[in-house]
Amino acid sequence: MRAVLSVSGVSMDFGGLRALDSVDMEVREGEIVALIGPNGAGKTTFFNCITGIYAPTEGEVFVSPPGRDRINIRHRKPNQVTGLGLARTFQNIRLFPSMTALENVMIGRHCRTRAGLLGAIVRGPVTRREEKGIVERAYSLLVKVGLGRWANEVARNMPYGAQRRLEIARALATDPFLLLLDEPAAGMNPQETQDLKALVTRLRKEFELSILLIEHDMKMVMSVSDRVVVVEYGKKIAEGTPAEVSADPQVIKAYLGEESDA
Amino acid sequence: MRELSRGLLASLWMVVLTAPLLVVRVNTTDKVVTWRWGNMLWMAIGSLLLFLAWRWAMARRGGDVQAADQDSWFDKLLARIGQGPLRLPVILGLVLVALVLPLFVSMYEMDIYARALIYVGLGLGLNIVVGMAGLLNLGYAAFFAVGSYTYALLNHHYALDFWLALPLGGLFAALFGVILALPVLRLRGDYLAIVTLGFGEIVRLVLQNWDSFSFGPSGIANIARPTLFGREFGVQDSAIFIYYIALALVAVVIFVTKRFQDSRVGRALLALREDEIACEAMGIDKTGVKVMAFALGASFAGVFGVVFAAKQAFINPDSFTFIESAMILSIVVLGGMGSIVGVAIAAIILQLMPEYFRFMADYRMLIFGAALVLMMLFRPEGLVRAKREHYTVKDLSPQTEDK
Ligand SMILES: Nc1ncnc2c1ncn2[C@@H]1O[C@H](COP(=O)(O)OP(=O)(O)O)[C@@H](O)[C@H]1O
Ligand SMILES: [Mg+2]
Repeated sequence: MRAVLSVSGVSMDFGGLRALDSVDMEVREGEIVALIGPNGAGKTTFFNCITGIYAPTEGEVFVSPPGRDRINIRHRKPNQVTGLGLARTFQNIRLFPSMTALENVMIGRHCRTRAGLLGAIVRGPVTRREEKGIVERAYSLLVKVGLGRWANEVARNMPYGAQRRLEIARALATDPFLLLLDEPAAGMNPQETQDLKALVTRLRKEFELSILLIEHDMKMVMSVSDRVVVVEYGKKIAEGTPAEVSADPQVIKAYLGEESDA
Repeated sequence: MRELSRGLLASLWMVVLTAPLLVVRVNTTDKVVTWRWGNMLWMAIGSLLLFLAWRWAMARRGGDVQAADQDSWFDKLLARIGQGPLRLPVILGLVLVALVLPLFVSMYEMDIYARALIYVGLGLGLNIVVGMAGLLNLGYAAFFAVGSYTYALLNHHYALDFWLALPLGGLFAALFGVILALPVLRLRGDYLAIVTLGFGEIVRLVLQNWDSFSFGPSGIANIARPTLFGREFGVQDSAIFIYYIALALVAVVIFVTKRFQDSRVGRALLALREDEIACEAMGIDKTGVKVMAFALGASFAGVFGVVFAAKQAFINPDSFTFIESAMILSIVVLGGMGSIVGVAIAAIILQLMPEYFRFMADYRMLIFGAALVLMMLFRPEGLVRAKREHYTVKDLSPQTEDK
């Protein structure tokens, strides 16, 4: 299987703190990989490094969009990385709160559409067709994640679980080949988590996605992912199938350690 | 009671502070000092009353904290006019009044109205930059200057026609906007304000001092008035003609602003104001989008700069000082950032008030300042709160939902 994301030796320093310590990882085509680890292990920092929000202190990040050679994303801005086909959601939801669900997803289409100043003012047939396409696509994505009836609701008035799904729909609107989900089930009740799990597997199939997922809910991680990567204190401590990882003594120690702390 | 004693203290303080100015008058020719104790009494009473009125107003405002988020009777009135069946008649009525106005007013007043319209255009241009894009531009008058000098110089040297200068002025101003914005927009907000402030001064100083290029402080005179298909107008008809030109351009600018607001780029601007990081993660090139807004706003100033030069027939750098930029900014802030109607109303009020209240001319800046402060305290969102129509899906039912 072809690797769509390959990360080698990525380290990230914040002043004296080494949040990531030479992490290697790969996501192959069509895979769902879970990234797990205790709070503060550096998972979100890892996402920020591969989406261009942070420039890693050391190491390389390569992405391979379908039908293209692999591309080093160093010195690329976050919007360029999204343009290459990586889309993400945020751990602390970052929607556009005063815009409707539909408008939120429409923003996701920005990087796949063209109309500029002239188009905006003249609003010729091309622009109008494009705008119509944006609305239709956005709405169909909302329906796909089960938010069709929320389309006209302002994002900040939506229930928490729906906001998380909306972030996924918005990310999908950028036509990604690799979807990065940062704790998508956080704050959801068991039923919502169950639905989310079904959604993630369905989306992978329907959009031919590869998915990298940060998650704390072990039941979800174990049942949805093909492979699990475990980090602690910025270091990768284990990698393998869910069964392998859950039997790994180091992983058990990391997780038990965290629980006895709490 | 405590309020009263605090009020007394405040007025005592004011009395002491203003005593040297208001009470003591030294007559240097007769070498005598007159003591005007009466003034002191008035000062004390005046400041006490002001203080109490202030406390009362603040207390009333504190009473309903949510007031800021709620629609006042004023908002409701605007909403009723703006959205109901009254909308079209009101707009048509205003257009009609604007069209027949020249029949009823003197040439002098015509000039004032044309100037008010120019400021509406400037306000709407800056509104795109400050109100919609959230970029604080303190040197907006520079773009106005670019437009004015484009026409003045090209007309002086090459007898360029007004109608050709109009788009050229807009284009040049937009070009200046892009050149300024590209390096600066990478910086954070506060730097942008400082750099634009500096840019505004640089442009003015260059115009002031580069005599061989801009004729320095003495400016450029005898700028040609606009013609209509080659026909020239006398002084009187010219004033009316320029009024109509300004009116038409304001209509164009409103149209352009509305179209821009409801476009892909306008939407991105809106999202950028809510969350820049999320926008970047959605693939929006934030610098690019902001540069576009900056340039569009600048182009409005350029176009109206050409109109201004044609109206005045004479320009010099004094018309493009920082005060001018501040005035246009006040129009946007007072009118309501992002609101086309609000900005237009504020521009007209701020331009016409001084003309019709000439007897208060000495206190003009004082009243203006007080109005700004009061506005910020009691209605920070400006005269008209910016409202926007959401994109909606008309028909929610047909597609079956996946669960
Ligand atoms: N921008 C930042 N500046 C300084 N320290 C940071 C920054 N972002 C994250 N950190 C630190 O890096 C470590 C990893 O954080 P994070 O990646 O958010 O962990 P996780 O997502 O695994 O819970 C934490 O100790 C956190 O305090
Ligand atoms: Mg995290």
